[in-house]
Amino acid sequence: MFDVVVIGAGVVGCAIARQLSRLQARVVVLERCDDVASGTTKANSAIVHPGHSAKPGSLMAKYNLLGNQLYDSWCKELDVPFRRNGSMTIAFTEEEVEALRKVYDDGITNGVPGMELLNGEEALKLEPNLNPEVMGALFAPSGGIVCPYELTLGMAENAFVNGVQFRFETKVESLERNGEGWDVKTSTGEIISTRSVVNAAGVYTDYFNNMVSEQKFEIIPRIGEYWMIDKTYANAFKSTIFQVPGKMGKGVLVSPTVDGTLILGPTARNVTDREDVSTTREGLDQVLEVARRSWPGLPSRSFITTFSGLRSHLARHDFVLGEVSDAPYFFNAAGIESPGLTAAPAIAVDLALEIRDRLGLAESDDYRSGRPPVYRFRHMSLEEREEAIKRDADFGRIICRCELVTEAEIRDSIRRPLGARSVDGVKRRTRAGMGRCQSGFCLPRVMDILSEELGKPLTEITKFGGESRILSK
Amino acid sequence: MNEVDVLIIGGGPAGLAAALSAREAGCSNILILEREQELGGILRQCIHPGFGLHIFKEELTGPEYAARYVKRVLESGIPYETDTMVIDITPDRVVTTVSRKDGLRQIRAKSIVLAMGCRERPRGALGIPGSRCAGIFSAGTAQRFVNLEGELPGKRIVILGSGDIGLIMARRLTFAGAKVLAAVELMPYSSGLTRNVVQCLNDYDIPLMLSHTVTEIRGKDRLEAVVISEVDGRLKPIPGTERVIECDTLLLSVGLIPENELSKAAGVELDGVTGGPVVNDRLGTNVAGIFACGNVLHVHDLVDNVSEESERAGRYAAEFALGHRDSDAERMIAVRDGAGVRGLVPQLVSLESLRNGESVNLMFRPANVYQNAFLVLESDGQPVKRFRRLILTPGEMQTIKLDASMFGNQLPQKTISVSVEM
Repeated sequence: MFDVVVIGAGVVGCAIARQLSRLQARVVVLERCDDVASGTTKANSAIVHPGHSAKPGSLMAKYNLLGNQLYDSWCKELDVPFRRNGSMTIAFTEEEVEALRKVYDDGITNGVPGMELLNGEEALKLEPNLNPEVMGALFAPSGGIVCPYELTLGMAENAFVNGVQFRFETKVESLERNGEGWDVKTSTGEIISTRSVVNAAGVYTDYFNNMVSEQKFEIIPRIGEYWMIDKTYANAFKSTIFQVPGKMGKGVLVSPTVDGTLILGPTARNVTDREDVSTTREGLDQVLEVARRSWPGLPSRSFITTFSGLRSHLARHDFVLGEVSDAPYFFNAAGIESPGLTAAPAIAVDLALEIRDRLGLAESDDYRSGRPPVYRFRHMSLEEREEAIKRDADFGRIICRCELVTEAEIRDSIRRPLGARSVDGVKRRTRAGMGRCQSGFCLPRVMDILSEELGKPLTEITKFGGESRILSK
Repeated sequence: MNEVDVLIIGGGPAGLAAALSAREAGCSNILILEREQELGGILRQCIHPGFGLHIFKEELTGPEYAARYVKRVLESGIPYETDTMVIDITPDRVVTTVSRKDGLRQIRAKSIVLAMGCRERPRGALGIPGSRCAGIFSAGTAQRFVNLEGELPGKRIVILGSGDIGLIMARRLTFAGAKVLAAVELMPYSSGLTRNVVQCLNDYDIPLMLSHTVTEIRGKDRLEAVVISEVDGRLKPIPGTERVIECDTLLLSVGLIPENELSKAAGVELDGVTGGPVVNDRLGTNVAGIFACGNVLHVHDLVDNVSEESERAGRYAAEFALGHRDSDAERMIAVRDGAGVRGLVPQLVSLESLRNGESVNLMFRPANVYQNAFLVLESDGQPVKRFRRLILTPGEMQTIKLDASMFGNQLPQKTISVSVEM
């Protein structure tokens, strides 16, 4: 018997798992994909929002602010790169400047610290590559950037270290009442009995909610498409550049990432297929067109990849959090779209408290807040590199030359808690294959190591689990 | 810190030829650094024949061609280190390497030959929309799987682009039992060698679809189909021409990019057209003592040309290390692409070289397909010589061997250019 079953190992599910791991509780996270962070979490803008764009009084506003404040400590404890680079929202017309003031006022109401309204000249001084036609800007220094899957891996590894179980390639098929608790039937044929269920299933949260409650809602999957730009342009912008939402800009941002690349996007288009995250010509073209408004010098020969992800949009446009009144011991974390990444740690803190009190769980006495050390050869000094190779010769072999990832890091990514089991798993843990050659060089080498570590033939190595085998039998 | 006279970065055909000629030029303290476990570079996986027709007057496979150079390097006792990656080069020629056996090391070199080769342009650079499923490879990566690892990437294959590696892989995968359904080329002509179109596609009835491109990639876990469309004169897909081809593998052969991240770190100026360093006729870059040759300088069509160019780079690098000549002091003539010509190398020619009667090879690729055309050599804007060419195509490199006599009694003062005239 488990105390909590968490459905979904995205950023929300893993944040909750981490908070629950502070308690004396038996917790299992069920994930349909082969790894954590495989859905919405791996494909979004990677921004820690300051909180001026959420509607005052909403749960989004509340958790945006609280979540933003938790990022320094969470990222430090989990050794996840996080940078408060500031968010700048820019305006090109009198009308947009007026709209900025409204955003500023909302920010004040929401409690966003340190905001400044700038004129065009001041904005250009901070960000010289901006479109010189910029008329005004709102700068919020508390805005930040983070790698969402690295954060999620950190939280999951930490939860695992504290005893939380994870089951991958395990779909939840049904939820049935068992006394006060639930029987969770999975695609692996198992029936897991639990005192409570947390629904953190992203674009499928409506499916599970509607299975147990009469208070139904419908997730509208909303696709967003992105481009990534090579790290040659890492210094083009210091802060994250947003446009005032208007007829031209539909929220397309230009932002540095913590990994030194630049991200452009997203579009926003409602879709019906929750499995299809294909990019489209129209969407990709639209991102570039709108991004050029912020950055007229956007280089056309600098792209490394494109991707898209789904947001879990609800018509009411707010988070749905907490126990469902007609389904006791079933807790929702639904409708988590932007600022969901920012809000996740704060949502987790409150939800875990709610669950603790409802189930009467005690605090754990041996909770550890960190995870096993993460090695990043690319960030080491010459001396540290020398030291690392002396300690383990595998640091002396570079496997991914674009991102300077060593064999030691690839092996560690497979051996560590909740280790990688696919090429994409290695990629998200180490950045091998994320650079400008997009794995042309390292793919065969990474596959050789995966094959050796997992004891599987090369023909069984997948890109991301399921039928995504790289080679033919 | 270790010190060497000539440090060669890359143990492929360019690096090997440069090392041998540096040795012949009288330099004894040479070191070749190679990141793979063995010398030979990309030739190790090019098991098809067609190499060496110019240099050895016989047809060799890639590994055979490489082996001849490796043998000579071994016989000459030139030191080399494999499994060693260079991670930095400074403008004052200090090179940082990483390897299992020696850890992190710094080497100071009197001269450096950049011979790192090139990499393949990936899908992401093109922004082909659709799914990010498994089954999409750059052609060279697929070649490595088939020829070095003995694995088959897939069974029903579409190739986007008609670069030479893609064409070679069409035939190789057919031999390996896969069905190659089509090679799809955006341009109205192939970007590969004519002989490869004939011997790798035509001979196996593999259609080459010119003026077509892949406009969508479909598949959930593994590739299931690609959508191809015809393109118009501005290379834009024509609506209504979409066709679905069911396949499990897409190979990309859409261009090679000289690999110059290290060159940039060293402060080497790059050419926006070739993607390689700007060099003078002695293959020297703007950074004194740093030379470049082979595919890191500009993407070649034939390895024989790489060897020939690299021999010169090695010789000049040795002369620099031994203090024989410093091209910095010489007056340089700028070499400019004229109409119909792309990526002339070298970009600078020393007036002194011309005066001394040294041979200078101008190499470039035609910008389009031309028949019965002339290559026109111009000196300071005035045509001085015409060369008849029955056929010019971007897939085949052109060379003009310059010598002072071509300019009559007036050597160029500012510029040399080459253009195509119909």
